[in-house]
Amino acid sequence: MDLIVCVKQVPGTTNVEVDPVTGVLKRDGVAGKLNPYDLFALEAAFRIREKTGGTVRTLSMGPNQAVQSLRETLAMGADSAVLLSDRKFAGADVQATSYAIQSGIRAMGGFDLILCGKQTTDGDTAQVGAEVAEMLGIEHATNVSEISEITKDSITVTFSLDDVLQMQKMSLPCLITLEKDAFTPRLPSFRRMKAIKEEQITVLTAADLPGLEEKRCGLKGSPTQVEKIFPPEKNSDKETFRGTSDELSETLYGLLKAKKFI
Amino acid sequence: MYHQITEEDQKFLMTVFPAERLFFGEEIREDYSHDELGGISHFPEALVKAHSTEEIAAVMKYANEHLIPVVVRGSGTGLVGASVALFGGIMIDTTEMNHVLELDEENLTVTVEPGVLLMDLAAYVEERGFFYPPDPGEKSATIGGNISTNAGGMRAVKYGVTRDFVRGLTVVLPSGEVIELGGKIVKNSTGYSLLQLMIGSEGTLGVITKAVLKLLPLPAVSVSLLVPFETAKQAIETVPEIVKSKASLTAIEFFERRTILFAEEYLGKKFPDTSADSYLLLTVDGSDRESVDRELDRVADLCLAAGAKDVFLVDTDERKESVWKARGAFLEAIKASTTEMDECDVVVPRNRVADFILYTHEVAKELDLRIPSFGHAGDGNLHVYICRDELDDNEWKTRLAAAFDRMYGRAEEIGGLVSGEHGIGFAKKEYMKEALGEETVALMRGIKKTFDPNGILNPGKLF
Repeated sequence: MDLIVCVKQVPGTTNVEVDPVTGVLKRDGVAGKLNPYDLFALEAAFRIREKTGGTVRTLSMGPNQAVQSLRETLAMGADSAVLLSDRKFAGADVQATSYAIQSGIRAMGGFDLILCGKQTTDGDTAQVGAEVAEMLGIEHATNVSEISEITKDSITVTFSLDDVLQMQKMSLPCLITLEKDAFTPRLPSFRRMKAIKEEQITVLTAADLPGLEEKRCGLKGSPTQVEKIFPPEKNSDKETFRGTSDELSETLYGLLKAKKFI
Repeated sequence: MYHQITEEDQKFLMTVFPAERLFFGEEIREDYSHDELGGISHFPEALVKAHSTEEIAAVMKYANEHLIPVVVRGSGTGLVGASVALFGGIMIDTTEMNHVLELDEENLTVTVEPGVLLMDLAAYVEERGFFYPPDPGEKSATIGGNISTNAGGMRAVKYGVTRDFVRGLTVVLPSGEVIELGGKIVKNSTGYSLLQLMIGSEGTLGVITKAVLKLLPLPAVSVSLLVPFETAKQAIETVPEIVKSKASLTAIEFFERRTILFAEEYLGKKFPDTSADSYLLLTVDGSDRESVDRELDRVADLCLAAGAKDVFLVDTDERKESVWKARGAFLEAIKASTTEMDECDVVVPRNRVADFILYTHEVAKELDLRIPSFGHAGDGNLHVYICRDELDDNEWKTRLAAAFDRMYGRAEEIGGLVSGEHGIGFAKKEYMKEALGEETVALMRGIKKTFDPNGILNPGKLF
């Protein structure tokens, strides 16, 4: 089975600076790491490969330093990796990102299944996986927490629709995005890291992608513009109530009522 | 013999403590009758939740005059029964004295009350860019308890143990007098170090009511390696090689697959790798990624040359959590896997760790007992657990005693000692006596008598 896992390098810390002019995350000079959600997609792919045989290829879009993250996917067990890197891709919103990635996937040739993390820890939009599938014209399921069966032409997955879990059999080829904690991802292997050969990583620019419409790429190709990015407010206030369960429920009821939640 | 608490004594305690911090007889929760693993339990007659040095001084003075035994207790996470009120009397619970009093950035110290939890202290200083290196597995222990047992933990290889990070203590003596030992000073050659004597004294010499702890700048980078081996022997025999290579490691931990499986079961979370029989977990920290990476590469190559199956990188917060959380839960996980257990916290010269671990396997086979172990291989401190499983009471006691005799015997032969970090308390008294000899123990008794002539503070412990 031919598996493609889409990954992204995200800042290694939670303290990310935002460019005040463009509203774009400052990535230069910040140590990167693989998006933690993507590790679950990678692990799922490795487990499928263990059952069905085949290859796991990884794909990322980003500046040159994103090669580090692709090397990490190889050290975890991927067979080869592709980086889409071009200034023309820079500053892309979810739609322009999805467009570039689907162009990259088309350039990589055939596949049976694409796996993505459910979202990234920097952008947090959780939209790119689904948009890539739409652009490729294939079915997709998001927030997948379990893969119960995989055959040569179908996959059965369980995914969350917030208040219900749905189990669905889908035809291949298709795309799934993986929920966190679906598995415990394996660790990068030092042995594999040392054995990486340069030819396992291909870097593609805009010019290498056949039929790519440049006007749909990067900041210029983005219909949405980021006005402002700010970290969510941290609220660490806490109040402790003590008492019997009757007293506590009375207190809680009073509080919720006073705040007009009920 | 000791005086039992009367109505009059209760009245006195009521003058010092408000009703919500004072408990008598049946009002005292069962938890206060034991620790985590002493194999012994006894209730105090009165329990007070102290809030200040003055309150503790008042209790000690009264107890000393009336010959009432006093035991101090933190979170009760001890493993040798040191905080059990063997003779009843008054128990002082310090967990509500849990304030960080001062962070002194000019002297690199933090001043805390004894009931501050280790995990809260670590979070407090790390948020501010500082580092308190002692890192015992039990993060819900109090600092007072850590100081009382001279707790060690997982970073001892590079940074040392609790003793190395205590600069000053405020101590209430059994007489009720309050003394200050050490302070915010780096050097001190002013007479006998009573400060060092207090550290590790297991609540028998005085009551710690304030501690000044030494801090370091927080290392910017910390990366671990999980190294799988085919056999326990291969894994542990690699440790002296690593030490000899002059690698600057923060932690060198050893554990076996079966212990990981208990932790998976206990936490309900899978470990990233369970394909090998035994593992070493190594940590390198430093100020920049490049120098840390250089050291990691060197150690990884050395491990592979020593026969490791592979070397896995544990570099991000998520990966560290998936590995170290399991490591931190080993004790509880083994405990949950059996009906009852007792532990052996021996420390041996670092180049004899393999010898000792392999000997525990022999003992397990010989006595038909399950004896899982893990340990701080880098500092020679091992945690060996003897599990009761389905044995009946008699058989359990007989085999347990036989296992302890053999293991402490072997530890002594190879230059080790009874306890690396959990202390002696009640449970290991006999083994300490045997290991240290009458003369040394007599000196210790003399010290105890000087501090506590009436023997009211934590009686029945250590000797």
